[in-house]
Amino acid sequence: MFYRENGQFKTSYAADQQIFTIAQDKWFVWGLIAFAALAVPMLADEYMFRAILIPFLVLSLAALGVNLLVGYCGQITLGAGAFMAIGAYAAYNFMVRIDGMPLVLAMLLGGVSAAAFGILFGIPSLRVRGLYLAVATLAAQFLCDWAFLRIGWFTNHSSSGSVSVAKLEMLGWVIDSPTEKYLFCLAFVIAFAFIAKNLTRAAIGRQWMAIRDMDVAAEVIGIRPMFAKLSAFAVSSFFVGVAGALWGFVHLGSWEPAAFSVDRSFQLLFMVIIGGMGSIMGSFFGAAFIVILPIFLNQFLPLLGSLVGVTVSTAGISHAELIIFGSLIIFFLIVEPHGLARLWSIAKQKLRLWPFPH
Amino acid sequence: MDMTDMNSAATTTPSGRRQGEVILDLQNISLRFGGVKALTDISFNIREHEVRAIIGPNGAGKSSMLNVINGVYHPQEGRIMFRGQQRQKMEPHMAAQQGIARTFQNIALFKGMSVLDNIMTGRNLKMKCNLFQQALWLGPALREEIVHREKVEEIVDFLEIQHIRKTPVGALPYGLQKRVDLGRALAMEPQILLLDEPMAGMNVEEKQDMCRFILDISDQFGTTIVLIEHDMGVVMDISDRVVVLDYGKKIGDGTPDEVRNNQDVINAYLGSGH
Repeated sequence: MFYRENGQFKTSYAADQQIFTIAQDKWFVWGLIAFAALAVPMLADEYMFRAILIPFLVLSLAALGVNLLVGYCGQITLGAGAFMAIGAYAAYNFMVRIDGMPLVLAMLLGGVSAAAFGILFGIPSLRVRGLYLAVATLAAQFLCDWAFLRIGWFTNHSSSGSVSVAKLEMLGWVIDSPTEKYLFCLAFVIAFAFIAKNLTRAAIGRQWMAIRDMDVAAEVIGIRPMFAKLSAFAVSSFFVGVAGALWGFVHLGSWEPAAFSVDRSFQLLFMVIIGGMGSIMGSFFGAAFIVILPIFLNQFLPLLGSLVGVTVSTAGISHAELIIFGSLIIFFLIVEPHGLARLWSIAKQKLRLWPFPH
Repeated sequence: MDMTDMNSAATTTPSGRRQGEVILDLQNISLRFGGVKALTDISFNIREHEVRAIIGPNGAGKSSMLNVINGVYHPQEGRIMFRGQQRQKMEPHMAAQQGIARTFQNIALFKGMSVLDNIMTGRNLKMKCNLFQQALWLGPALREEIVHREKVEEIVDFLEIQHIRKTPVGALPYGLQKRVDLGRALAMEPQILLLDEPMAGMNVEEKQDMCRFILDISDQFGTTIVLIEHDMGVVMDISDRVVVLDYGKKIGDGTPDEVRNNQDVINAYLGSGH
């Protein structure tokens, strides 16, 4: 009844090509951003920031990057963790080796380094596809795991193998409290989400989707497969690299290579599949599902247990958590193979007609 | 060169369509896949503005011929002269840059994208903004997007698909998908338009619509059209010249009337007495 585009007429192509063509969508998203930036810092406690919100934001950004490559360009990757690691370690090296390096610039340069490696490891995509490409990108993962563990130069010859960033400071603003860290991440995520949306609705995004949907036809209408695929690898790795730098600098503070293991790559790929391939919103849904659900189950199960008079042991909770989490993944994939983003758009479609069935 | 000179006289066809110089000249094309000879020593030319049909029984090598023309297949022998210049071995996207567009026999649309986006990809070669401008959706990128959107809307109007412009193409019925496929090729503003069985699997009304679009494209834009089609009524009605292939060899070439009375063609289609 309230969510309807009646009376909103478009009189120019510019108006028709906005990100949110329905005014209610626009208000909803701006409201959400305002809530996240203004209300959440007042409502959330330190645990919420550290355990839920910051990981959620950073992994959303990484999932967004993976989604550009997997969801929009159709090139599967299992090397996302490696590109996160490259972003984090490159940003770290820019910070420690260059005096007076601004924090944000170091992170962006970390992203650029990841993009360069992304192009390198994207080259196999010109010849192989599908599972074979997944295996080829897995090589990046193992190479990085090894390099950051064994080559001392990358970690500035740290004796313990772990590296840390002393102080996060941007233009005199010292980022040390969880709230500030959260806002710092939020700014990155919002900016990058809009960049991703712009890219996917512009010519380059159409090139990626054309390559994904029908590569022969794409080539026949003049799209160069090499440019389209490698640009997707570059942009995707840039996003993932910046997310890696955020993960290391802001979330962990000090880290070792295990923080970016192959588990992380799988986790990011699952976020994209569950959230919805080829959807910006889906990346956030996927990250929320994978980050928040285990924590939610952890809190919720003892409550449920006490309700029916059963005391659940800690080990029992962690087992049940895995079981329920796994079965929920299977449930969502069966009910909606196109991910949570599709459920979201179906819900919006129904809401447009509500209270009428048709 | 002497081949082009021989054919340079511009003529008018019975249909009254102006017919210009030879735009594409295929000379002694042979294409093999391993031991299979798909095309053997085929020569014919395509004149500017004409509707040129390629016909032949199944497996005659018609689609292979189109794939040779737009660079998907590379013939082992023969020369391709494009506007009097010998064409080097090249990739499909280079053929697209030279103004050769095509539609596909089994629709090859981008299923996940809307009708508008599908046709917009056809404008891809004409869009010059770089990645950073697109990322920030700055002035030039926005203006470019709108300029091309206007062109695309003209095509949408031309093909009468306004009502489905935002529908994902995967959800469209077959006849409309064929139309979108044609629209995507038209968006390239091609000089040569290759149509691979544009009317396959259509009912009579859809075929009439498609014929009308093809003739309108020829009349309004002067696009050279190369057409593969199995419906002989359509071919004989709308094409200026017809080339007939059978088992990868050329067995006939000429106006529809000449081809209709060619004994080799009759044998290929109806079988010969033994």
